[in-house]
Amino acid sequence: MVNETTAQETAWAIASALPDPEIPALTIAELGILRSVELMEGVITVSITPTYSGCPATEMIKGDIETALRDAGFSAVAVRLIHSPAWTTDTLSAATLEKLRAEGIAPPHRGQAPHCPLCGSSAVEQIAAFGSTPCKSLWRCITCREPFDHFKCH
Amino acid sequence: MSAICEVPGGNIAVAETPMLRWVLAYADDALILGHRLSEWCSRAPSMEEDMALANLGLDLLGQARFLYSHAATLENAAQPALERSEDDYAYRRDAPQFRNALLVEQPNGDFAATMVRHMLYASFADLYWRASLAVSDPAIAAFAARSEKEIAYHERHAADWVIRLGDGTAESRRRAQSALDGLLAFADELFETEADQLPLMAAGAIIDPARLRDAYRHRIEQICARATLSLAWPRWHQSGGRQGRHGEHLGHLLAELQFLPRAYPGASW
Repeated sequence: MVNETTAQETAWAIASALPDPEIPALTIAELGILRSVELMEGVITVSITPTYSGCPATEMIKGDIETALRDAGFSAVAVRLIHSPAWTTDTLSAATLEKLRAEGIAPPHRGQAPHCPLCGSSAVEQIAAFGSTPCKSLWRCITCREPFDHFKCH
Repeated sequence: MSAICEVPGGNIAVAETPMLRWVLAYADDALILGHRLSEWCSRAPSMEEDMALANLGLDLLGQARFLYSHAATLENAAQPALERSEDDYAYRRDAPQFRNALLVEQPNGDFAATMVRHMLYASFADLYWRASLAVSDPAIAAFAARSEKEIAYHERHAADWVIRLGDGTAESRRRAQSALDGLLAFADELFETEADQLPLMAAGAIIDPARLRDAYRHRIEQICARATLSLAWPRWHQSGGRQGRHGEHLGHLLAELQFLPRAYPGASW
């Protein structure tokens, strides 16, 4: 079973390194989209979960995983969507939240308004509840006057 | 078994069970309302609102896709030869086969009408998916968990606009009041209980929407009070969508939504 374990680990390493199409600073593993990679009856089966029901990036992520694994020599690849448990921002690690902030995106903190990711000010106001992607809203910092994206709590 | 004759690329003949009817009713609500919102694309009052409406529509489309896939799983389990896919339900049924409530097929009208319609739907859907967290099928419960989080945003967004328009200028108030007066008669259809689904409700497989009506009315009354809109629940309500009796608007909507797969059966990207 050594080979199977190795294949699984190699496939996980490849899939988990793929960037999210809309937030390329983060990988799909860091975002909690990648759930598992298993070798099932000779097929590398990758399970992903969509962030929002209608997230258009889901199809692209599916295609990216298939392409990356085929390029690495895996001939039998299946990507399946799983819906339970539902995706949530609560599972993002502290390091991931910091990566978001460094990218200029105010990270989600449950029950708290965002701080400006550029100057750190808490004097901020929402411009629009729906921003450049379904998972973000658009805000403005009153202190430094810069607009910024906020990754919504979900 | 009765002979089901399907022309390749033509209408599908759905063998409806009470569970399948339930899945299709909520999938159709989401698809039709999502399509209505997509009609606003590039025409909304502001850039931010254009993106908001497109995002709301995408959420609903995603919810519809999950439910149609679930319907396909149910039908294929009973008859594997059907090889149903989610697209079959969206593209290969005519208006009388659609189970959506009449509210969601109502034309967009002006921006106030779209927001009042969305408030009336989202306040219901938020309550309904939250109650559905407790259903017995873990796949439906997980879907409900995701949908409830999304719809909570929808309800807040629509309610904010209804309040802003109702408590706004004389013109915005007139339009919001007119939209509310015109659409309120469509709200109660969302709470109809279908008799053949009662055993499923008793078994905890699905939630009876009727038990949420009081909480719903309370929410709508609170929003309308803040919007300074006058609200009078009608003594009768529009009905028939869940049984496939639709108004003239749905056919036109489907003509646009289904044109490509009807003209070029089996076409894919």
